[in-house]
Amino acid sequence: MAAVTPLLLLLLLSSAPSFSSGSRNAYNINGRVKIPQGLGLGTKGYALPGRMSNVKVLLNGGQNITFLRPDGYFSFHNIPAGTHLIEVSAIGYFFSPVRVDVSARTPGKVQAALTENRKGLSELVLEPLREEQYYEIREPFSIMSLLKSPMGLMVGFMLAVAFLMPKLVENMDLEEMRRAQEEMRSQGVPSLSSLLPGGAMN
Amino acid sequence: MAIMSFIFVFFFFSSLQPILSLYEDQVGLMDWHQQYIGKVKQAVFHTHKTGRKRVVASTEQNIIATLDLRSGEIFWRHVLGPNDVVDGIDIALGKYVITLSSGGSILRAWNLPDGQMVWESSLHGPKHSKSLLLTTNLIIEKDNSLIVFSNGRLNAVSCIDGEVLWKKDFEEESLEVQQVIQPPGSDFIYVVGFAASSQFETYKINAKNGELLKHESTAFSDRFSGEVSLVSSETVAALDSTGSILLTISFHNGKISSQQIPVSNLLEDSPGLAVIIHSSVTGIFAIKTDAATIFIRVIGEGKLEVVEKTNHETVVSDALTISEGQQAFALVQHAGSNIHLTVKPAHDWDSNLLKESIKMDQQRGFVHKVFINNYIRTDRSHGFRALIVMEDHSLLLLQQGAIVWSREDGLASIIDVTTSELPVEKAGVSVAKVELNLFEWLKGHVLKLKGTLMLATPEDIAAIQYMRLKSSEKSKMTRDHNGFRKLLIALTRAGKLFALHTGDGRIVWSHLLQSLHKSESCRQPIGLNLHQWQVPHHHALDENPSVLVVGRCGPSSDALGVLSLVDSYTGKEFSSLRLVHSVAQVIPLPYTDSTEQRLHLLIDADKHAHLYPKTPEAIDIFQSEFANVYWYSVDDDNGIIKGYALKTKCSGNVADEFCFDSRELWSIVLPSESEKIITTATRKLNEAVHTQAKLIADQDVMYKYISSNLLFVATVAPKASGEIGSVTPEESWLVVYLIDTVTGRVLHRMTHHGSQGPVQAVLSENWVVYHYFNLRAHRYEMSVIEIYDQSRADNKDVWKLVVGNHNLTSPVSSYSRAEVITKSQSYFFTHSLKAIAVTLTVKGITSKQLLIGTIGDQVLALDKRFLDPRRSVNPTQAEREEGIIPLTDSLPIIPQSYITHSLRVEGLQSIITVAAKLESTTLVFAHGLDLFFTHYAPSRTYDSLTEDFSYALLLITIVALVAAIFVTWILSQRKELQDRWR
Repeated sequence: MAAVTPLLLLLLLSSAPSFSSGSRNAYNINGRVKIPQGLGLGTKGYALPGRMSNVKVLLNGGQNITFLRPDGYFSFHNIPAGTHLIEVSAIGYFFSPVRVDVSARTPGKVQAALTENRKGLSELVLEPLREEQYYEIREPFSIMSLLKSPMGLMVGFMLAVAFLMPKLVENMDLEEMRRAQEEMRSQGVPSLSSLLPGGAMN
Repeated sequence: MAIMSFIFVFFFFSSLQPILSLYEDQVGLMDWHQQYIGKVKQAVFHTHKTGRKRVVASTEQNIIATLDLRSGEIFWRHVLGPNDVVDGIDIALGKYVITLSSGGSILRAWNLPDGQMVWESSLHGPKHSKSLLLTTNLIIEKDNSLIVFSNGRLNAVSCIDGEVLWKKDFEEESLEVQQVIQPPGSDFIYVVGFAASSQFETYKINAKNGELLKHESTAFSDRFSGEVSLVSSETVAALDSTGSILLTISFHNGKISSQQIPVSNLLEDSPGLAVIIHSSVTGIFAIKTDAATIFIRVIGEGKLEVVEKTNHETVVSDALTISEGQQAFALVQHAGSNIHLTVKPAHDWDSNLLKESIKMDQQRGFVHKVFINNYIRTDRSHGFRALIVMEDHSLLLLQQGAIVWSREDGLASIIDVTTSELPVEKAGVSVAKVELNLFEWLKGHVLKLKGTLMLATPEDIAAIQYMRLKSSEKSKMTRDHNGFRKLLIALTRAGKLFALHTGDGRIVWSHLLQSLHKSESCRQPIGLNLHQWQVPHHHALDENPSVLVVGRCGPSSDALGVLSLVDSYTGKEFSSLRLVHSVAQVIPLPYTDSTEQRLHLLIDADKHAHLYPKTPEAIDIFQSEFANVYWYSVDDDNGIIKGYALKTKCSGNVADEFCFDSRELWSIVLPSESEKIITTATRKLNEAVHTQAKLIADQDVMYKYISSNLLFVATVAPKASGEIGSVTPEESWLVVYLIDTVTGRVLHRMTHHGSQGPVQAVLSENWVVYHYFNLRAHRYEMSVIEIYDQSRADNKDVWKLVVGNHNLTSPVSSYSRAEVITKSQSYFFTHSLKAIAVTLTVKGITSKQLLIGTIGDQVLALDKRFLDPRRSVNPTQAEREEGIIPLTDSLPIIPQSYITHSLRVEGLQSIITVAAKLESTTLVFAHGLDLFFTHYAPSRTYDSLTEDFSYALLLITIVALVAAIFVTWILSQRKELQDRWR
């Protein structure tokens, strides 16, 4: 996986004291997502797939869905007291779900904690855990990659045999070489030249 | 030798890359993605300004979208929550789309060009009521404002920031507000409604501050029924509750006066019960009776005149103001295969502004809705364009007598999907439009080589990409060796059947089913499911394959059933029948007749089994297997699971030899006070299992318990069946069962305390994976249960095998009481789930991966090895070699293994996997509002070369090798010659 770039996306979840004019046990949950412009974009040479307007905030597995305002604020209305789960769906980012406790005893008091790492959010500040790369990055062209390819290895091996083997032979003792050649001749091991057409001429 | 080493090196390198992912330039090679919006409920045009012309639409699937008026493409779209039904949309200030949703309690403004939400307000009120949205050009405190009536309260809301400027409650208990009217150019608002059903009330309200100016009320002798239709800004038309007396009520300046005219006075024949159709055309309103739609004009004080009587297939649009004080509206009528679009001015019924006749595909059915918009032609006359919504939910734009574009939005609501093979390629029949010749093939590969060597110019790269995407190979209409090309047959909620080509997702044919068409005897037909009726191979190859569509005439399970048989190649419906019994369950039997028609057993609500096809041959085949047919039923409401077998022929009055009585074999009754069934899962019928034995570390063998009669059932505490957070962990639990459906034996039962639903489960081979919510940790969890057959475990003894004292060859049968052991493990999982499926390959050799549809509408592939109950924190060396992953508390989410990569399958409902003929590959089709299809190889494509394999590079290497051999040969000869001269 590619190295995780510094996370520059800030999700700030604030729980404004909320009240409802309708029924007594309905509350509002307010939060905020903040994406600093220009950061996270273009640093890796590809555009960020997700846009601010495509970010969705989901409560309790999609029971309620809301969207972000231009400044990143969102709110859920008419939520009963209890423990809820907020998830953020944003293409290109990995968000941890947030556990949100809406207290019935002290109206408007909202507590939140990340469920992924069990970090409590005293000030309800939430950071996405990482950026998500959906594609493999193509390695830029390099001689090494070509050499490492099966064909490159074949060519390399052949070149090594063609040019390094004679060098090895050269370093051998003359006597030894002659003996080896004679041995080969007597055993009739086919040499490269004898295999090729016309090689038998000599 | 060289080839051997080449193969070795090739496999070595291909096995080095462990991640099964995609490069960005491979998008669109194997996959396609289609976006839909669903059946349009309301549409508003935005064509005033220069620049791109758009139409904003809200749909029955709770989508708000803007489309390009030129091409029908989606600019942006938002899917609201399942309970967030859109009540009204409008455009304000020429730049904001206003939506009122959730029963009038949420008002949102979206930026028109990019779909960014600008503001959101929550509107509450004293009581539940009708919600009405009214955009005005009224200026209150320098702000343009909207008037919203919802929940018994009238609100004036600023367009700029959504702030409520003033509000006025209508708390009177019985008041039903019908209309909110702002007479043009005035600064007051009329709120019109009924109180106690027989009293007509008008409130005149100052639009600047919400002050009540005047309240008038008149009692009528009759009760009102339902809707009122606005005839002018100070006159409404209504019907009494008997539907026989028409009332026109005018409230000019707050003074109510009314006229009553019996409907029978206007029409010669007795019309029966009439209802008012909602329309907004000045001076004209429409009523609908059993026989016809009648347009009535109001002339002066309470004088009515019937202007036209038409049949039911007439649709009328809302009024459109075309110039100062002039309104127009559109009428669409059917005539054979044509539709007639007429645009008339509101004041003069007899003249036409436009009359066009357009040829319409019969498979689209009737027109359901029409929206019109005007434009100024170059000669300063008015031109009109009409957006029509058809019976099959498709959306079409008509302009100048032609269909400019059409969208198949019926595909946004797929009920069921099945696949069909394509025809076999016959010799001499060229099916591809353009066959590539050798030169072009080579040119393509040279281009590709240039691409790999980074020598390609941008034009070359574009050409390469185009070539890859538009490969004629993948969209041919014939079968291929790899089994990648198939037809996806989808049944939509509108009762239309679509066949999509897996290569590029195009619609091969579509057919509006006759059996699912609304008629006198079948008023509310709904499609249920699709089955493969005939899959010809071997001796019946001349026949086309066909699918069976099962539906019923109403939402309740005892409504009568309907069947259709449709040819998969042509889309022709060759048989359609109305059944005399209901359809509760459809069981495809594993038997086929001589024409390869599969036998199906339809179980009705009274537990009678009906055999199809109704042929003597079928009954012969069935009689011999009579004793082996078992089935089960799950009653969610009462918590009862029952097993059945066939008994005798039906003992009814009518002699029907295809009908059988059933007998109850077993039943499992769950205590209703502590358990409620929420999910069941079974194995796929067509799943292949390669081997029953599983080799584990230290040469040991475990035998999988593989039975096609396994049923997974999940129950929760009745209290905990609601949403997350509604119960405490102490009072909620989740119980899972594994049940053999032939004997009713509970093979395994397990309780997860402090957990609750929703549960998503998938059962395959000998394991089940399910996803649920753990309230104690407040996280989602996934659990796996693997079930092993213990009675075969002693076959490990070599001596037994030698002596022949083993039971390896004994068949797996539900009659024998197998000793089973289960292993289970749980892990945390980050996301909520919408769907879960498992990869399916043709022989079941390839390792399995789970396909998880997450809440963000993406599909994630997760290796089954992560869900292995034998994982431990410190696996031994032997276990590591076997591929056991050290235990972690949560399952990893690797972004590269999202098979939908950076796309979303909005509104994801289900993931369907189909095996290709190539063992390594499974075809994945995910549908919801969007459709997504891709090929997926769970263990890489080990049995074929990858798409980006460069043949040109291989050729060049071979040529280079041959050349090098000759060069070295010449060199060696020369050297030898020199040696001899020395």
